[in-house]
Amino acid sequence: MDDAIISVRNLHKWYSGVHALKGVSLDFRRGEAVGLVGDNGAGKSTLINILSGVHRADQGEIQVEGRSVSIANPRDAMDLGIETIYQYNSMVPTMSIARNLFIGREPVRFSVFGIGVLDQKKMASESVRAIANVDLHLRSPDALVGELSGGQRQGVAIARAMHFKSKVMILDEPTNHLSVKETRKVIGFVRGLKEQNVTGVFISHNMHHVFECCDRIVAMARGEVVLDKRIEETSIDEVHGVL
Amino acid sequence: MKRLFKTYLEKPELAGLILLVLLVIVFQVRSHGVFLNADNLRGILGILPEAGLVAIGVTILMISGEFDLSVGSVFALMPMTMAVLMVHGAPFPLALLAGLLVCAAVGFINGYITIRFAIPSFITTLGMLFMARSLTVVVSGGFPPLLPADLPTWLFTSFVGPGNMFRMSFLWFAGAALLTSLMLSRTNFGNWIKATGGFLPAAAAMGIPTARVKIGCFMLCSMLSGFAGMLQVLRLGSPLPSIGEGLELQAVAAAVIGGASLAGGIGTVMGGIIGTTLIRVIDNGLVLSHVDANWFKFAIGFLTILAVVANAWMRKRAKAIKMEG
Repeated sequence: MDDAIISVRNLHKWYSGVHALKGVSLDFRRGEAVGLVGDNGAGKSTLINILSGVHRADQGEIQVEGRSVSIANPRDAMDLGIETIYQYNSMVPTMSIARNLFIGREPVRFSVFGIGVLDQKKMASESVRAIANVDLHLRSPDALVGELSGGQRQGVAIARAMHFKSKVMILDEPTNHLSVKETRKVIGFVRGLKEQNVTGVFISHNMHHVFECCDRIVAMARGEVVLDKRIEETSIDEVHGVL
Repeated sequence: MKRLFKTYLEKPELAGLILLVLLVIVFQVRSHGVFLNADNLRGILGILPEAGLVAIGVTILMISGEFDLSVGSVFALMPMTMAVLMVHGAPFPLALLAGLLVCAAVGFINGYITIRFAIPSFITTLGMLFMARSLTVVVSGGFPPLLPADLPTWLFTSFVGPGNMFRMSFLWFAGAALLTSLMLSRTNFGNWIKATGGFLPAAAAMGIPTARVKIGCFMLCSMLSGFAGMLQVLRLGSPLPSIGEGLELQAVAAAVIGGASLAGGIGTVMGGIIGTTLIRVIDNGLVLSHVDANWFKFAIGFLTILAVVANAWMRKRAKAIKMEG
């Protein structure tokens, strides 16, 4: 597949004797929104954790834009343009929006051995722009993330991923614990990814959410891919059937 | 309510500061004006740097989400190491360097063991409290060594400033406070410390080297404590192996009174300093107002509990606000 942005080939993972991934091979194409579904323990979290650098595969190959890569930690994944938005979101509630946007990637005016003085002006102005770009209306980048609603926080997380020009955005159960209205908003974000030419990998238990915003659906069970079809070619019933 | 929560998160030291001002006024009145006179202030400012430097280290470490109970022992171990080396002929700068290296090593071991074995730093450093104290006595050989006569006390403990108000140690303290404060608020490393203590999974997911950040904070804390111990030894003129006992709890109390959260993520260097000053002011003010000095520990204990209760209450409020989403 020449337009594949991420290809995984024959990925295996064991957790203390449990075979969590049994030779998974998948392609994620540019600008495509893929819904990844499956029960707890089906292997979807394992797959995502490997792609986002939290865990390493025991066997298999990952290619990003045709090049074989090794993802040893979250930083490697981010440097490759793979950004992950977690269920319990990756924000520090006791810190401001501006600080959260740049965690681990702070702009510095000068630095010695990687430690440097923050460019707070740049952080403030860029975070205002980043938030406005995802159509999120917040009073100030100095507001604490702890003050935001769950949906707003996911919005900030998405703004962060967009700001750092991620090519692939993995959303791990982003609609859990959200109100109906906020869920709509997150689904809107996922739909908006296509226009920005960003690949979205959307993980959810809610089949309706997945069918609403994805182009393609991948179902996993017992560590294997059991279904991989375009949304038009399948139905909620069929997906439920294979799980 | 949201305002209060936000103010608390932005300026957690505010409550301590208000209390400090109130106490200063009360003691000034009760002591019939003796409290704020030059002699008394000189006394307070002369000791403040020693406890203050330890509190800075403990506060920063608490913001990163860890504890250090070994600071009191390191406070004694560092000057004892120096004294023993100097007795054997090492020049002061070399002994100072060696002393700081010992502190850095203790901090590294504290941090490494805590993280490698995923155990509470409370336990790791409780163990280190005993080990470092024991080492201090062992290297001293049971008798405190005599310090050489030609020590550069002018650089550390001599009185300076208008009316000889400060000791040199105060300038070291002020410098350390300024640098660590800027580090915490203005550098990317400060951002990592707050993120690591504020919500570890998020910090790790965003690629912050959380283990290294924590170990760095452990090392900084130990080195500041050791340096403070050296200041005390130079002031007293003798490296007693028992100095700094109980200091670890006073430092934690100072950090907490200054608004640092036990859960990490919240706190400021200024808060730790305000907490220390508050403790020193209570110690001194009680005596000057003719209150039985044995109430000192009661007051510190009471304030600490009050501060933690207030902390817990604010955290609960913070959670309630998050739930609204």
